[in-house]
Amino acid sequence: MTDKKDNLVEARGLTFHFGSRVIFNGIDLDLQRGKVTAIMGPSGTGKTTLLRLIGGQIRPTAGTIHVDGHEVPRLSRRELFELRKRMGMLFQSGALLTDLSVFDNVAFPLREHTALPETMVRDLVLMKLEAVGLRGAQRLMPSELSGGMARRVALARAIALDPMMIMYDEPFTGQDPISMGVLVKLIRDLNEVLGLTSIIVSHDVAEASQIADYIYVLSQGVVVGQGTPDELHQSESEWVRQFMQGMPDGPVPFHYPAGDYAEELLSPGEGR
Amino acid sequence: MQNTRLVETLVGIFVAAGLAALFMLAMKVSNLNAFSDVEGYEVKAQFENIGGLKVLSAVSIGGVRIGRVSSIDFDQEDYEAVVTMMIDPKYNRLPTDTSASIFTSGLLGEQYIGLEPGGEEAFLKDGDNISLTQSAMVMEQIIGQFLFSKASEGAEAE
Amino acid sequence: MNTFQQLGHNALTAFQRLGRAHLFLFAVLAGAPSLLPRLRLLIQQLFSVGVLSLVIIVVAGLFVGMVLGLQGYNTLVDFGAEESLGVMVALSLVRELGPVVAALLFAGRAGSALTAEIGLMKATEQLSGMEMMAVDPLKRVVAPRFVAGVLSMPLLAAIFSAVGVMGGYFVGVGLLGVDEGAFWSQMQSRVDFDEDIMNGVIKSIVFGVVVTWIAVFEGYDAVPTSAGVSRATTRTVVYASLAVLGLDFVLTALMFGEV
Repeated sequence: MTDKKDNLVEARGLTFHFGSRVIFNGIDLDLQRGKVTAIMGPSGTGKTTLLRLIGGQIRPTAGTIHVDGHEVPRLSRRELFELRKRMGMLFQSGALLTDLSVFDNVAFPLREHTALPETMVRDLVLMKLEAVGLRGAQRLMPSELSGGMARRVALARAIALDPMMIMYDEPFTGQDPISMGVLVKLIRDLNEVLGLTSIIVSHDVAEASQIADYIYVLSQGVVVGQGTPDELHQSESEWVRQFMQGMPDGPVPFHYPAGDYAEELLSPGEGR
Repeated sequence: MQNTRLVETLVGIFVAAGLAALFMLAMKVSNLNAFSDVEGYEVKAQFENIGGLKVLSAVSIGGVRIGRVSSIDFDQEDYEAVVTMMIDPKYNRLPTDTSASIFTSGLLGEQYIGLEPGGEEAFLKDGDNISLTQSAMVMEQIIGQFLFSKASEGAEAE
Repeated sequence: MNTFQQLGHNALTAFQRLGRAHLFLFAVLAGAPSLLPRLRLLIQQLFSVGVLSLVIIVVAGLFVGMVLGLQGYNTLVDFGAEESLGVMVALSLVRELGPVVAALLFAGRAGSALTAEIGLMKATEQLSGMEMMAVDPLKRVVAPRFVAGVLSMPLLAAIFSAVGVMGGYFVGVGLLGVDEGAFWSQMQSRVDFDEDIMNGVIKSIVFGVVVTWIAVFEGYDAVPTSAGVSRATTRTVVYASLAVLGLDFVLTALMFGEV
């Protein structure tokens, strides 16, 4: 086992069932402090669920998750909230509060969790907005922002309390190439400048390999591959190669499991 | 935020309007302002029949409301109803020979006690009795008497 | 699935929802005291729940009062008792129509808006986002809305009744020529503060709790999609209206049933 101090997040035998569906079946993860780790896998492998498990919004069916030495599922609500103050999470939609302006959105965690005077809140908010390049947009409402801008505002909000880690949920999905480039640069820069630990959940292979130090590939509830981006591109596993290179058919079949094609065409159909 | 003040003002107006509405209901619509029951002096009166008189019914003199009925009892020795009235202390110059009658406001209205001042020099005080009383007109009796007299008139005519 | 299984399944789901709704209510009530140092949140919600409902309440109250005046006059005048018009209008409004109609309008105007707002916040991950920022959405989002609804309802009902009495007065005294003195004095002699007005206020507080509870719970429990939110909004109006009418019967039976 690796040195515990080195890992910010550790999952052992993590199992999660959603109803009768098995989302995770005993996965082990080690996310190193100060690194960018990408969790990848096809849509529907429960990558977002993994972030929710780490954030303690849901409890695993079995197995353990430790974040910074705390076993998340066993924390009381108060302890969990204390831990979450040191975690940032960037939702796919940004999850900005629609009734607050950009400025107030970024100020929100500061006002909720600190008793800082308003002048200091203002300075901090402007610093965070400057870091994501949106200081000029502070008076806009979330509905006036483009998707990429909304995510950058959400990022400014996520770093408002100077967390130890940030979880990104599909940060690249649905972005034009320019905002994608901006986001890639921001995530990398923030990680280095602020000494954050970043967890990125994504299925965008190119962008994720560009910024990640280490990649886990999940499928069918288990870890099918892990390593640095380069290692994975040269992976022995057919499956990992199919995923990393985006081939339509391979171990992951193109067809959803179905009966015999010809037979079904010829059959009279089940009287709808 | 510049519209905070506007929002706060409007909320203030809303709360004030709601409280004003409650106040209006209390003072203008209900009997709360009539006067409170706590103060006043008690006067008793005995009636043969009180009809539909109830606790809280009005006690008035010359049409002015001066008190209300505070309790109604039955005296088993005289076989009469004993009505206790609470009178506003500011009306403290009612002669001791004041008479009390039970009236009905309008044809179908509520019943109330009407006082008729007498000529004595002494005034009623707490715990006194009004001896001159006139019972309620009970509608059924009046109609009965009326029909009876009509019937007898008819009998005489024949 | 056979019929009985379906029936049992539905019953169990309904009970589960009911249980969740109660746990939810307790959690919200537990979060309410944290509002005290942050009155601004409450004021904001009093604005959107109370002030914005004011217009519909005033207009509806005025017309209901006027109709009561007109109908009451036509009936009472046959008995020569048109002087009791004030009593009739005031008692109908204060005991029944004020709390009930105001609550129904409130469910349609403010209740549906609350459900839609909270449901949309859920659908757009805003509630989830708050949780991840270690902010309890029950305290930050739901509690101020709930308290604002509970506080607004009796005020709105009182305004409805007061405006309704004025409407009855305009029609009865102004248009139909009922004696003004008799209108007010009869009203005052027959409407009791404790018995009638306070009971009406108690009713409206109960309705306020129930309507707002249903509205915020439906929003919080909504399926986080646009179809789910719209279904939840419809449910709020339907359940809240039925609950108001049903509870009104129970409360009336308790308050005025055995005098």
